[in-house]
Amino acid sequence: MLRAKIRQMLSLNNKVIRYILQAINYSLFMALIWYFSTSPVYRQLADDEAILTISFAHAGEIKEPCVKRTQKELMALPPNMRAPMNCSRERSPIVIEMMFDGEPLYSETAEAPGLYNDSGVDIYHSVKVSAGKHHLAIRMDDSVLKEGFTHVFEQDVDIKPAQILLVGFNPSKGFIVR
Amino acid sequence: MLVNPIKRAYLALESWFNVSFGTEWNPMYHLGTLTFFLFWIILVSGLYLFVFFHGSINGAYESVEYITHEQWYVAGVMRSLHRYASDAAIITILLHLFKEFASGRYRGFRWFSWVSGLPIIWLVVTLGITGYWLVWDELAQYVAIGSARLLDSLPIFSSSMTSNFLQGQMTDRFFILIEFLHLLGQPLILFFLLWLHVKRISNVEINPPRGLAMGCFMALVALSLIKPAVSHGPADLSSMPSMLELDWFYLNAYPLMDYWSEGYTWLLATAITVVLMLLPWAPPKKDGPAAVVDLAHCNGCELCFDDCPFEAISVQARTDGAKFEKEVVVDPALCASCGICMGSCPSSNPFRQSEEELKTGIDMPALPVDKVRSLTKEAVAAMSGQANVLLVGCEHGFNVNRLDNDETRGVKLMCSGMLPPSMVEYALKKGADGVMIVGCRHNDCFFRFGNLWIDKRFSGERKPILRKRADRRRIRVFGGSETDKRSIENELKAFRQELLELNKNVIDNVASEDSSDA
Repeated sequence: MLRAKIRQMLSLNNKVIRYILQAINYSLFMALIWYFSTSPVYRQLADDEAILTISFAHAGEIKEPCVKRTQKELMALPPNMRAPMNCSRERSPIVIEMMFDGEPLYSETAEAPGLYNDSGVDIYHSVKVSAGKHHLAIRMDDSVLKEGFTHVFEQDVDIKPAQILLVGFNPSKGFIVR
Repeated sequence: MLVNPIKRAYLALESWFNVSFGTEWNPMYHLGTLTFFLFWIILVSGLYLFVFFHGSINGAYESVEYITHEQWYVAGVMRSLHRYASDAAIITILLHLFKEFASGRYRGFRWFSWVSGLPIIWLVVTLGITGYWLVWDELAQYVAIGSARLLDSLPIFSSSMTSNFLQGQMTDRFFILIEFLHLLGQPLILFFLLWLHVKRISNVEINPPRGLAMGCFMALVALSLIKPAVSHGPADLSSMPSMLELDWFYLNAYPLMDYWSEGYTWLLATAITVVLMLLPWAPPKKDGPAAVVDLAHCNGCELCFDDCPFEAISVQARTDGAKFEKEVVVDPALCASCGICMGSCPSSNPFRQSEEELKTGIDMPALPVDKVRSLTKEAVAAMSGQANVLLVGCEHGFNVNRLDNDETRGVKLMCSGMLPPSMVEYALKKGADGVMIVGCRHNDCFFRFGNLWIDKRFSGERKPILRKRADRRRIRVFGGSETDKRSIENELKAFRQELLELNKNVIDNVASEDSSDA
């Protein structure tokens, strides 16, 4: 009924009504963009939350020990390839465990990438944690030839709300918290 | 008659816009060209912003702040226009997708346009994402880390991209890469995809009607002045912003990734893309047989070549030794079987070969011109009212046979553009008091140009024209969809009333001539 009435009015070539309807449509169009270009606001972290990120690149130890070649083996090789030691290329996986206030927070066993499993591993993991004082413990094993974890790290940390607490690793310095 | 609820919803939306804007400015009929127009706004505003933008970690945020606050009157408005036109483009693209789906214009011969349009959506979204990245505020930081996480979850990169966004790791090189992508790489690919998208259609329009473009532009300028686009705080890789005012048109995948996972987000995006890609074949639509050229009746006038909406007809040198210079060739793979070519062929004249089978230069095997002539003849003969109206409809608009009665008969063609103008004269000569062409809604032909060409042929602007001797008062063109029964009936009623008046005048004139003779 309403539509029929609108049609009837428009059939009288009432441009004013048509422009008013257009203004309404453009307003709706603007309102749609207005709202969804910034709203609803997305809350990424609660007020008492922070981020703990562990990120580093590290190559595991060679998986098998090097073996000294015998004279016979050396002579069987082309002259340019007569290296005295025969070392495999394959590297150990990186095993990492992270404990937060004694509770497991993250663990991963990352195989060495590459066609011959001979490349370094990239570790990246980010997780939400509660801000405040906590105890952080990290253990990493990068060699299948050694018993137990090759790198162990423990530290008390005070994390501020919204802070990104970054844990890195340097082979000479061990784990570093920033 | 049952109409698919999605189509019904679309038609209701289209009707509302027809009431508000009229059929010439209806934005639903210009969604593609409106998107092109928005791209122009984005391009021009983006070029202006580029003048003041510093593509470095330390310079980006400050330069955008200068743009926003110091030079708010030009650069600030440009920034807002750049953002809001991008948002508007997502709206027009999604409406375009919805329209084509709802009206069934994605299957059969249209599969190419549908499938080639989908990568454009993803490219536009990634173009928006790299744009947000360049501001290098807290939102950019969130977008950059989220994008890196998404890419890291794919087994294609040997090292972690996310680790580039750790404190102290970020370098200007990343900015140069993103700047290159946003300013050159992505726009060039977009340009190529747009070209591909419209490759199979002829008479491509890229500009919307001026009034609609002006209205849209003014709305965006008004929004830019009322709510200028602003940045979040500067990016700080040592902390994570808690609250973010996301642009949900472009960045909706990131919260999903936070709550779900990168893998599931990829899976969802891939699933949506694959489903949309396969839609044209679910189930496959069988188009009718392609148009067939009969060189014995073709003089190579090229009218069908000019009128074909889908580039299915080409012109080549004559091969049959006839005296004419050219001939036309139909590519069956591109033919939509709309029959518009048959309507444009001057040989499709029903007054020719009246006692034998009517042959024309280009014909439709599923509904040849001879069959159209016989259907017209039978329909006219079947009417016995005081003002008999022949309704000519199409398969995609209102079903004209729903109005069949003693004084109304419908003939359904593949497209109203399939009707040779001379067939209207033929119907009137055979005894119809009026002919009403009821194709798709005005400006919204399923085959793009059917009702437009009819209008132009009848007004004498496009060959083959309707001859002047045809009484225009007895011809009406009124488009309508499946849901427009009432308005078509009203129009038919008014038309019949006019015909009754005309008939009465004719009888009166004949009577007065008779009395004066006596």
